[in-house]
Amino acid sequence: MTAPTGPGRLLDSVGTAEVVRLDAHLARWGAVPDLPVRSLLEAVDQSGLRGHGGAWFPVGAKWRSVAAGRSPIVVANGAEGEPASGKDRLLLHHAPHLVLDGAAVAAKAVGARRVIVHVSDDSVADVTTALAERERRGVDACSFEVVIAPDRFLSGQESAVVNTVNGRNIGIPSFVALRPVREQGIAGRPTLVQNVESLADVALIARYGPQWFRSVGTHDSPGTALITVTGLWESSRIVEVPLGTTLENALGITPGRADTIQAVLLGGYGGGWLPTSTALSLPFTEEAARALGTSIGAGVAVLLPAGVCPLVEVARVARYMEGEGAGQCGPCVNGLDVLASQLELLAHRPHTLSGGLSAFPTLCGLVEGRGACHHPDGVARFVRSALGVFGDHAAVHLQRGPCQTTRPFLPVPSASGVLR
Amino acid sequence: MSRSRFRLVVDPVACDGAGVCAELLPEVISLDPWGFPIVASGDVAPGLVDMARRAVVSCPRLALHLVRVDD
Ligand SMILES: Cc1cc2nc3c(=O)[nH]c(=O)nc-3n(C[C@H](O)[C@H](O)[C@H](O)COP(=O)(O)O)c2cc1C
Ligand code: SF4
Ligand code: SF4
Repeated sequence: MTAPTGPGRLLDSVGTAEVVRLDAHLARWGAVPDLPVRSLLEAVDQSGLRGHGGAWFPVGAKWRSVAAGRSPIVVANGAEGEPASGKDRLLLHHAPHLVLDGAAVAAKAVGARRVIVHVSDDSVADVTTALAERERRGVDACSFEVVIAPDRFLSGQESAVVNTVNGRNIGIPSFVALRPVREQGIAGRPTLVQNVESLADVALIARYGPQWFRSVGTHDSPGTALITVTGLWESSRIVEVPLGTTLENALGITPGRADTIQAVLLGGYGGGWLPTSTALSLPFTEEAARALGTSIGAGVAVLLPAGVCPLVEVARVARYMEGEGAGQCGPCVNGLDVLASQLELLAHRPHTLSGGLSAFPTLCGLVEGRGACHHPDGVARFVRSALGVFGDHAAVHLQRGPCQTTRPFLPVPSASGVLR
Repeated sequence: MSRSRFRLVVDPVACDGAGVCAELLPEVISLDPWGFPIVASGDVAPGLVDMARRAVVSCPRLALHLVRVDD
């Protein structure tokens, strides 16, 4: 039951493809120590853990604000609506007990007795089996329920999660700016929504303490991150790396290999593009990514190969994101559709694009910060960064016409849920 | 003692974009190409707070909120 010393923490015991059952989990990690609430809150504060669902908000601060309310509820969020991410599903499949331990610790720390495990259909069996094992052993003081997240991009957004669990406006966000979910969420109670990877980190912080947690990563972003990497191998893979490592080092990318990469998308479809050399040498943290106008999101890196038209890819994603909008805020409904249409023209019929690229920054500005959720902000970041990185390519389209059609590369689910 | 500061916030889910607010308070609210309100950033000027209150109660969708800003 020694603390892991290498970069592999959450994936420490799952080097192989097997599932860590409760017996093996307890043999590897031992039971969660029975710490008093105050020590738990302090340990998470001192660990510096930040949320891995995409916003990188300090976990300790959110716990304290939820703990201040009456009879809160905890949600372990494994919806993972982002098509280019697979880390939450992997974690729930291979190490479900780390996530559930973390959720139980969070419940104790904030004073909750009810935990909702909100996961995609893919993870329901993994979670149900793990919960049955815990029930038989009488591991937990809190109660667990499983709620299925609809298979949509938005379903993991915090207020959408609350709506799904409440059973109204399932999978659709609400306007919560004036009354945040952490004050009034599920059944009107203060609600802690926490990504499943954040909770798995909590499970290890409760066992080994904040100093151990901080022994890898950076001062502002301690610990490790699970990253879903697409475009380097035959299929996507999930790696665990200390935060602050460069992708170059973490993935062992040689200069020769880098030459075959056209650009890198960090953070998925609500993230942003960077030139290959910049992306590969960037310390992988949210603050480093933000400084360059992108985000690491939920830990996504897509390496776009040479020979694919980036503008076709950008248009495909923009249209997908437009279709995934909840259709309830005027600027998002109208703005994302115009953005996607203009990007489709740029990709396929650039000569019809009167005014060239000048409309894009204005359109992005018209959607930013004007929705009930951050969906349009993510799309704007994706589009702005694309025009920055693929500006030369866009100029070629405008002068000489579109590229020959290429095979689609980025995973974009169709309405029926199948990747196309 | 400093005077309270206020900010206008639109609930974009409730708002139907008919633009009553922009007519009542053009100093603070303009309309986007689709008719939805754009609120000027920052606090509402003290001299406009009363007008802002009128816009809030006149909004047919109760989509406009005047929020006190804590220091
Ligand atoms: C459009 C959108 C989609 C999101 N999808 C997810 C998701 O699938 N899973 C997730 O954990 N967080 C998602 N989030 C972030 C959540 O709103 C929330 O911040 C997060 O679950 C909190 O957990 P954390 O602090 O541990 O990251 C999404 C946010 C937005 C704006
Ligand atoms: S901003 Fe867009 S995606 Fe978010 S709630 Fe409004 S319409 Fe839906
Ligand atoms: S008056 Fe209300 S509903 Fe009409 S545009 Fe203004 S905020 Fe929206």
